[in-house]
Amino acid sequence: MKQKRSLLEKAAAVPHMVWIVLFILGPLLFVLYFAFTDTKGSFSLSNIELLTSYSHIFFLSICFALVATAFCLLIGYPLAFVMARAKPSSQKLLMLLLMLPMWISLLIRTYSLMTLLDNGGLVNSLLERMGLDTVSIVGTGGAVILGMVYDFLPYMVLPIYTSISKLDKRYLEAAADLGCNGFQTLFRVVLPLTVPGIVSGITMVFVPSISTFYISQKLGGGNFDLIGDTIERQFKYASTYHVGAAISLVMMILILISIAVMNRFSDGDGGEMIV
Amino acid sequence: MNNKLIELRSIVKSFDGEQVLCGINLDIHDKEFVTLLGPSGCGKTTTLRIIGGFETPDTGEVVFEGKRINDVPPYKRAVNTVFQKYALFPHLNVYDNVAFGLRLQKVGEEEIRDRVREMLTMTGLKGFEMRKPSTLSGGQQQRVAIARALINRPRVLLLDEPLGALDLKLRKDMQNELKRIQHATGITFIYVTHDQEEALSMSDTVVVMADGKIQQIGTPTDIYNEPVNAFVADFIGESNILDGVMLSDKRARFAGHTFDCVDGGFAKNEQVDIVIRPEDVDVVPVTRGMLSGTVSSVTFKGDYYEIIVDIAGFKWMIETSDYVAPDEKIGLYIEPDAIHVMKKSEYSGKFGDYSTFSEEMEHLSDPALEVEEEVASE
Repeated sequence: MKQKRSLLEKAAAVPHMVWIVLFILGPLLFVLYFAFTDTKGSFSLSNIELLTSYSHIFFLSICFALVATAFCLLIGYPLAFVMARAKPSSQKLLMLLLMLPMWISLLIRTYSLMTLLDNGGLVNSLLERMGLDTVSIVGTGGAVILGMVYDFLPYMVLPIYTSISKLDKRYLEAAADLGCNGFQTLFRVVLPLTVPGIVSGITMVFVPSISTFYISQKLGGGNFDLIGDTIERQFKYASTYHVGAAISLVMMILILISIAVMNRFSDGDGGEMIV
Repeated sequence: MNNKLIELRSIVKSFDGEQVLCGINLDIHDKEFVTLLGPSGCGKTTTLRIIGGFETPDTGEVVFEGKRINDVPPYKRAVNTVFQKYALFPHLNVYDNVAFGLRLQKVGEEEIRDRVREMLTMTGLKGFEMRKPSTLSGGQQQRVAIARALINRPRVLLLDEPLGALDLKLRKDMQNELKRIQHATGITFIYVTHDQEEALSMSDTVVVMADGKIQQIGTPTDIYNEPVNAFVADFIGESNILDGVMLSDKRARFAGHTFDCVDGGFAKNEQVDIVIRPEDVDVVPVTRGMLSGTVSSVTFKGDYYEIIVDIAGFKWMIETSDYVAPDEKIGLYIEPDAIHVMKKSEYSGKFGDYSTFSEEMEHLSDPALEVEEEVASE
C-alpha cells in the first residue's frame, strides 16, 4: 500500500478531478463569491443582511418540504414493505411500475399532472360529466404537496425497500418465536432495523422538495413563493445574482444541517450513502 | 419422562418438488434431551422448524400435549428457539434482547428486571446488560440467545446447531453448560447437530437421520453399540463394515473366517452386515490371530495408534496402544461380543473399508466447514 501510485493510475483520476473542479467546486466558489460581493465586485455583507426579508419564504419552503416528506413516508413505507415481501416476480413488476415515471423528465410529469388537475383538465371534465361540481385544485397548497409527493415518492420507496429486503429473515422468525404477531414484529423489529433506509428516504425526498421551483410554479399557480422560485427569479429576471447567491448559500447550509441531523438518527450507518 | 410432550406423525415435507422429509414419526417426552443427528441435508433442521412452527408439513400431524398444532403460528406455541447464528436483535442491548419475550407478554417491568437478572446470572452474563450484541464474542452471543429463549419458560427449547460457530474448547464448555441448564430448568431440549460426539455426550435420546428418514432412535449407548444399519454404524464413530453370512445363531462368517458372536435371530445363511469397532480389535502375533494382514499405515493419535491393516484386500481401521511398524505382518483377535451383526439395508455396501481414508478426507468433513456451507445455502 505504501507504493507510490503509478502514472497511469494518476492519469485515470484526472478526468474526475477536472469534472469536480469545473462543475462542483467552481460553481460553489461562484456562489460564495457572489454572495459576499456587491455589484461592483467589492466585499459586502449587504446580501446576507437582506435575507431577513426572505425569512417567510424559507419558513414556507421548509413547511412544504416537511409535509411532503411526511406523506411520502406514510405512503412509501407500507408500499416498500409490501414490495419487499411480495413474490420475486411481483417484486419485479412493482419495481418497474415504481420506476416507470422516473424515466420521464420531472418537468413533463409535473406539467401533465397540472393538465390533469387543471380547471379544464381531465379530472374536472370527468366530474362535470358525472354532474358533480368541479374542484379547483391547481393553485392550492395541496396541489403543490401532491406534486412533490408524486414526483419524489420513488426516492422514499427505494431505500426503504432495499433495507427491508436486506433484512435477515431470521430476525422475523426470532420475533415470531418470542411471541410477536405480525404487527408487533413490524413495530418492534422491522421498523427499528430499517431506520437507515427511512433516513435515506427522508433525506432524498426532503432535499429536492425544499429546493424545487417548478412544482410550486406550475401546480401552485404562482400563489406560493418557495426558495427555489425566489432563487430562480433573482437570476432570471432581476439580474440580482448577488442576492440569489446568498439565498442559495443559506439553502445549501439548511440542507447540510438537515442531513447532519438525519445522520445522527441512523447511527451513521446508512446515512453515509447520501453524503 | 413418561408422558409424551410432542408427537410427530408421518410428517412429509417437500421443497420445490424435492422431498426432504419422508414420513417422520417421533415421540418426544417431557424433560427429555433429544438430539436430531445427521449429515447436512438429512432433514433435521426442517424437522426442528416444523416443531417451531416455521414450516408446515405437507402431510402428517404435529401433536403437542395431545392437541394437533399444525396450523398454530410460532408466536402461539409454548416453544422457543435458539437459532443457528443466534439472530439477536442488533438494535437492542443484551437486557432488552433477553426481556423481549416478557415485554410482549405484558409482564411488569419489575418482574422483568428480576427475571432478566436471574437469567443473566444463570448464563454467566452478569454485567453485560447494556452491551450491544455486535460487541459480544460468539460464546457470549450464544448465551444471550439461550437466555432470551429460556426466560419465557417454554415447555420445549429448540436448539439449531447452537454451537456450530464456536471453537472446539468453547464448544466443550457450552456442552456442559447446556446440560447443566437443562437439568436446572427441567425443560425439554430438542437439539440439532451433525456432530456425533456432541450428540452422544449430551443426549438422553439420539435420533439419527439420513435422507429425510429416521434411521434409529435410542440412547447414546444403544446407538453406538447396536447400530441398526451401515449408515448409523458409519456415521457414529469409526467402524469396519464387512459383508458376512449368519451360519446359525451366534455363528457368523466374514473375512474368510468363521467367528463366534453373540447375535442371533437371523435366517440360516442370511446375508448380513458386520460391524467391528476399531477399538474392539486386539493386535496379536500372526500365529495367534484369527485373521492376519499387513499394516499399511500408522498414525499417532496421542493416547493410541490408529493403524490401517490390509486383510485380503479389505482395509481395516484398528486402534491399538502398542506401536506396530508399517509393512509388519500382524494377527487380529476379535472377541465374540465385539462383533455386531446388522440386517442388510439400502446403505449396505455404501460404506466400504478404509482404503480411501486419509486425513485430508477427514478435514473435508470438518464440522465448522459444513456449518458454513449450510448457512450459505439457506
